[in-house]
Amino acid sequence: MHNDKFISKSEIGIFIFALALPFIFDFSPYIQGLLIFVVLWVVLGTSWNLLAGYTGQVSFGHAAFFGIGAYAAGVPFFLFKVSPWWGLLFGGITAVILGYLLGIVVFRLRGPYFALGTLAAAEILRIAFGQEEWLTNGHNGILYMTTWVSKYPYYFIILAIAAGTILTVKVVMRRREGYYFLSIREDEDAASAIGINASKYKNISMGLSSFWAGMAGAFYFIYMGFIDPETVFALHNISIISILVGIIGGVGTIWGPAIGAIIMVLLQETFRSAFFGFAPQWVSGMHAFVFGLLVIFVILYLPGGVVGDWDLIRKKLHLKRKSEMKK
Amino acid sequence: MSILSLKNVTKNFGGLTAVNNVSFDVEEGEILGLIGPNGSGKTTIFNLINHFFPVSSGDIIFKGNNITHKKTHEIAMLGIGRTFQVVKPLKRLSVADNIMAAAFSRESTFEGAKRVTREVLEFTHLDHVAHQKAGGLPIAGRKRLEIAKALATRPTLLLLDETAAGLNPAELDEAIDIIRAIRSDLGITIIIVEHIMKVIMNISDRIHAIAYGTTITEGSPAEVAANPTVIEAYLGSDYH
Ligand SMILES: Nc1ncnc2c1ncn2[C@@H]1O[C@H](COP(=O)(O)OP(=O)(O)OP(=O)(O)O)[C@@H](O)[C@H]1O
Ligand SMILES: [Mg+2]
Repeated sequence: MHNDKFISKSEIGIFIFALALPFIFDFSPYIQGLLIFVVLWVVLGTSWNLLAGYTGQVSFGHAAFFGIGAYAAGVPFFLFKVSPWWGLLFGGITAVILGYLLGIVVFRLRGPYFALGTLAAAEILRIAFGQEEWLTNGHNGILYMTTWVSKYPYYFIILAIAAGTILTVKVVMRRREGYYFLSIREDEDAASAIGINASKYKNISMGLSSFWAGMAGAFYFIYMGFIDPETVFALHNISIISILVGIIGGVGTIWGPAIGAIIMVLLQETFRSAFFGFAPQWVSGMHAFVFGLLVIFVILYLPGGVVGDWDLIRKKLHLKRKSEMKK
Repeated sequence: MSILSLKNVTKNFGGLTAVNNVSFDVEEGEILGLIGPNGSGKTTIFNLINHFFPVSSGDIIFKGNNITHKKTHEIAMLGIGRTFQVVKPLKRLSVADNIMAAAFSRESTFEGAKRVTREVLEFTHLDHVAHQKAGGLPIAGRKRLEIAKALATRPTLLLLDETAAGLNPAELDEAIDIIRAIRSDLGITIIIVEHIMKVIMNISDRIHAIAYGTTITEGSPAEVAANPTVIEAYLGSDYH
């Protein structure tokens, strides 16, 4: 039973550390940018984790929510010069509406068909948002002069969104909703026999998950100042990375996505820069391949992810050290 | 007044009639035994009552309401709890969390659900394994957890599907005590399916016997045990 304190001391410690980070170190803008992306991925990974890790509905189309959130900030600006900052209000809500409509279709599907349904939804949006130029400026994308040159304000905003996302999961998982999510994940038939309306609670999970993914999308536009359909609805760069962040850190754990986000951003950056210039350029094209291998490795050897299987990892390292000492 | 009535209930699976025009009543507070050889349709009757499958024809009345077309979760909320012959624990959750999930059906607060969970853990003698993962329980524990989850939904009618199968003699006695207490202490009406004759004959007030999906007789345990058709259905026609 979740008897442990709602928020532990170490969790408060981590949050304060994250808040203080810019004041402790003098980061280059490059590192500042990476920090923002790590936190952005914490939001997306946690959002994915709520739906997939806790509720068992494995989405392959989280880019749909991210992208619609980004365009909820972008379209009013493009059409009417409405400040993109309103996106922090509309982004989440628009994504929830999309999630609800999508749920009507995809929750009729189970397992791999659900995954394919969500994937298809994101792809349809990517294509549609590229076509409807009057609404989205099509493939030219939407451009906006960002409000601040300094990256730090953005860092604190995304940190607040991440705190909201994590708190949502923490609150929900102590309530009826959370227990119902887990029950649905474990066995939908058993869940219905104890009075759980599975489709209702899947919709709730989808709603919460899509809200925060949409907020992340809106933030992305506000921060980057540019979106186009290929970027924000991307299968490999958004949907698949959401999954990776979720599973590498540990499916169905609170801190899994945070660890996953750090690992993924570092990996992405390592590849994007071809090992910071030490490797030939073609290496940067290998990232999809390596991420694929990584998924296989995690599923085979650390099915609980880095956080879920921490004891296992520690034991393995410990044993190794001991046997080395004997030599 | 009877708490549950099946009226001419039939279920076809393609060409197979698994349940054929079955009718019976369950009186409030009684334990009704449902017996029949393997594949005679007992589990299917439970699956029809809690609407895992829709009936092909017939009606199911619970407390005066026609529940034939209600959904599974609605039927649970109306007060019919059930266990699964092929157990369905929420594997990666602890035993306590399995019961918590069920307790939330009636309790809206964490504390309320926790209180119910503690009561149910104690009642079903599962307190010592409360924090184990449900998937790792031995069979006796998993069978008991089925009962515990159903009880946590505070049912007025409980459907028990072979909850005593696979238990050793000591576990069997414990199971019988628990089932008796469900009726006597909690006042819950029970329909029980069980192959072990010692259990079913001892525990039931009345027995409804079926074979090939069709009712063959209904009566007191002694009457049913003496019925030649029942003896034939169970032991084959060579036995006289
Ligand atoms: N979902 C299903 N689809 C097709 N046939 C089914 C289905 N469920 C049950 N049956 C068939 O219906 C008949 C009755 O099965 P049921 O499980 O109800 O028997 P039972 O009396 O519970 O048997 P047992 O004592 O072995 O548990 C069997 O012939 C079975 O194969
Ligand atoms: Mg059966």
